[in-house]
Amino acid sequence: MVKFNRFTLDNGLRVIVHEDSTTPMAVLNILYDVGARDEDPEQTGFAHLFEHLMFGGSVNIPNYDAPLQRVGGENNAFTSNDITNYYITLPSANLETAFWLESDRMLSLAFSKKSLEVQRNVVIEEFKQRYLNQPYGDVWLKLRPMVYKQHPYRWATIGKTIKHIEDARIEDVKAFFKKHYNPQNAVMVVGGDVKTEDIKVLAEKWFGPIPKGEKYTRQLPQEAPQQEERRDTVTAKVPLNDVYIAFQMEGRLHESFHAVELMSDILSRGNSSRLYKSLVKDKQLFSEVHAYITESMDKGMFVMQGKPVAGVSTEQAEAALWQELENLKNEEVPADELTKVKNKTESTMVFSEMSLLDKAMNLAVYELMGDADDFNQEAAKYLAVTPAAIKQQANLLFRKDNSSTLIYLAEKEEEVVEAIS
Amino acid sequence: MSVLNRKQAPQFNGVENITLIKPEHKKLANGCNVYAFNSGGQDLVRIEWIFGNLRFNADKPLLNAAVNTLLTDGTGNMTAAQIADHIDFYGAFLQVDYSYDNSQVTLYTLTKHLASTLPVIKDIITNSVFPEKELETFVRNQQQKLQVSLQKNDFVARRIFNKALNGETIYGLAAEPEDFKSLKREDLLAHFKQMYQPANSTMVIAGKVDQEALDLLSDTFENGWDNEATPADTMQPPLIPSSERFFYTEKPAALQSAIRIGTPFINRTHVDFPAMQVLNTVLGGYFGSRLMANIREDKGYTYGIGSGMTSFKQTGSFFIASEVGADVCRSAVTEIEKEVNLLKTELIAEDELSLVRNFMLGSLLGSLENVFSHADKFKNLFFAGLDYDYYERYTSTVKNITAEDLQALANKYWDFENFYKVIVGKY
Repeated sequence: MVKFNRFTLDNGLRVIVHEDSTTPMAVLNILYDVGARDEDPEQTGFAHLFEHLMFGGSVNIPNYDAPLQRVGGENNAFTSNDITNYYITLPSANLETAFWLESDRMLSLAFSKKSLEVQRNVVIEEFKQRYLNQPYGDVWLKLRPMVYKQHPYRWATIGKTIKHIEDARIEDVKAFFKKHYNPQNAVMVVGGDVKTEDIKVLAEKWFGPIPKGEKYTRQLPQEAPQQEERRDTVTAKVPLNDVYIAFQMEGRLHESFHAVELMSDILSRGNSSRLYKSLVKDKQLFSEVHAYITESMDKGMFVMQGKPVAGVSTEQAEAALWQELENLKNEEVPADELTKVKNKTESTMVFSEMSLLDKAMNLAVYELMGDADDFNQEAAKYLAVTPAAIKQQANLLFRKDNSSTLIYLAEKEEEVVEAIS
Repeated sequence: MSVLNRKQAPQFNGVENITLIKPEHKKLANGCNVYAFNSGGQDLVRIEWIFGNLRFNADKPLLNAAVNTLLTDGTGNMTAAQIADHIDFYGAFLQVDYSYDNSQVTLYTLTKHLASTLPVIKDIITNSVFPEKELETFVRNQQQKLQVSLQKNDFVARRIFNKALNGETIYGLAAEPEDFKSLKREDLLAHFKQMYQPANSTMVIAGKVDQEALDLLSDTFENGWDNEATPADTMQPPLIPSSERFFYTEKPAALQSAIRIGTPFINRTHVDFPAMQVLNTVLGGYFGSRLMANIREDKGYTYGIGSGMTSFKQTGSFFIASEVGADVCRSAVTEIEKEVNLLKTELIAEDELSLVRNFMLGSLLGSLENVFSHADKFKNLFFAGLDYDYYERYTSTVKNITAEDLQALANKYWDFENFYKVIVGKY
């Protein structure tokens, strides 16, 4: 149970305070309701590039990081397809510095050309480091456009191509800021060794004067239900074959979400999970195999993925993955097995309360989704999932005509020799 | 009402009181040391069983790691599947971790399930059998994983670097896929028996543990767990650094090159270690460091660059690591050299030094987030043979060291010419 207080400033900024006196630290977390899904298809990767630019100085403060480090603070941020989240951790005695810094960059950025130039390069190196210069690094760049044909989830947060990053101009940066970075589109959570009354005063002082800006109304093309099996095969210089099967599933707020998440746990969470016990240990078909969901706000992905051991064909591997899915479709999960994944979820939630930052981020995300208090209702929703609900979801999801299969093949040495000679 | 001056930073306070929680200590009759941190608002507990690794044998280099990883794969009473089912049913988490000096088993559990989960750990630590079939699966899967890792430039650079600094020792081991084939069940069993004995074990408990829980732990691990006739030999043979200083592995198709530059170094037990941590922070130990400011934020050569210090029982290292655009690799190395040498020739400005002091103290305070973090701090001390005075010396050094001291230390310890330099990619 994470307790909190909540208020909204006149300019629309939602503020949540979580008092936790067991720590001498404070956290200030600001979530902006903008992600890669809000990008122009011809300017992908922009939300993430923009996140980098948020550290390039604001209208009154030329350097963001140094003043924070000077008071013993640390910060970071991340961008997903749905949201952009910024956070600061610092000794609570110096909390006002965090208000000063965060409010100034919500007010306006410095829009420095040098910062744009450098961060373009940094992000291009990030693109290479994480997606292009790693074995299997480009899987998501290939899988997303198979699963999504209309929705902007068809590109990854890093963007479709390096070209889009290279082309970003300072006018685009300004327009993006105006559209998305205002109090109405943000949720702020302050947590730790703080008092709500003090936070009200600080919030009014630093964020109160920021103009409310224009409300961004999201109008994204929703993904039509998939009606046909999709397949692709790629070959790359990787040591092992890899098999991916992705299914469309409902979004994070849909009532089926908790059943589907527990279904992925039954398949793949821990060494007692079905995929590990059956496919890695008993049948010894895979060296590693996983099932997971993307937890997207809009229509999400349920992904099965595994690397078959040497001597097992990708056809055999695929068939084995499907067999596990068929089992879920045909037979209800035994009560003990469902209790097991529920217990794991329960203890995970208790353990997550050990981290102040995790609590703050969770409160922000749940407030964005409708109500921060829903975070405290989650455990009950997992507990309410029945074997019948899981079987029903398995039958809805695991159909060939709802599947996108990507076979990632290891380039054979012989082929390379042939190509040279 | 005064007008808000957004150009002026708010007043701030230095970090004054950093209080570390100290554990209660108890030695079981069989020689196992128990350290307990009883605190925390949540009804959960983390228990670690930590064992000193046995002396490295170059003919059987993977034994320490393999024995540790296979601990969860079967005992005389339970199969791997039964162990996993039991632990997962109680919502607990069981982990095994191997590091250079120690191997450990960690249990995270809600305190209410302690009585149900502890017997499994006891069984694992006293009665593991390393079934032949599980060993085969382990060998095959580890070989596949290693093949994938060997395609990653930063992984390869780290291996080459460690081997250059430490030679064929536990710290320098760079296993090849075929090395896994030399693992034999009887060797694992013998190694297990010799290493996982109470006198070579330290238990660290952190979380909500009342007297009843502590008694349960003592009872469980004091009875039916005895030492062997010969104690575990955890001394390591001397390190053999390479005389070669430059290692270049060319990857013609690389988009980025991994760089790792550094040297064997003093570890936490040395009196200069805290001061060198300050110097390291200035160079590459935080987001605003000189390496980040120059090579990422000014030049845009990389997504990230940093420097660090490792501290092990028998050695330590200082290193700088990054992945940079393949076309700017040489320029990046030149800039790294420039930044290292600048700290030898020019004093750090007081403004920068005071920022680093405050950052490091805030960071220490922030790293004490919960009872687990306090236990982690204790482990840093305990396994280095230090006591809590260390953190007093550390904070005092961070607060008081002068720019002159730091410049002298840079000259005493850093010689870029003599550093090991590893490049994987293009140069």
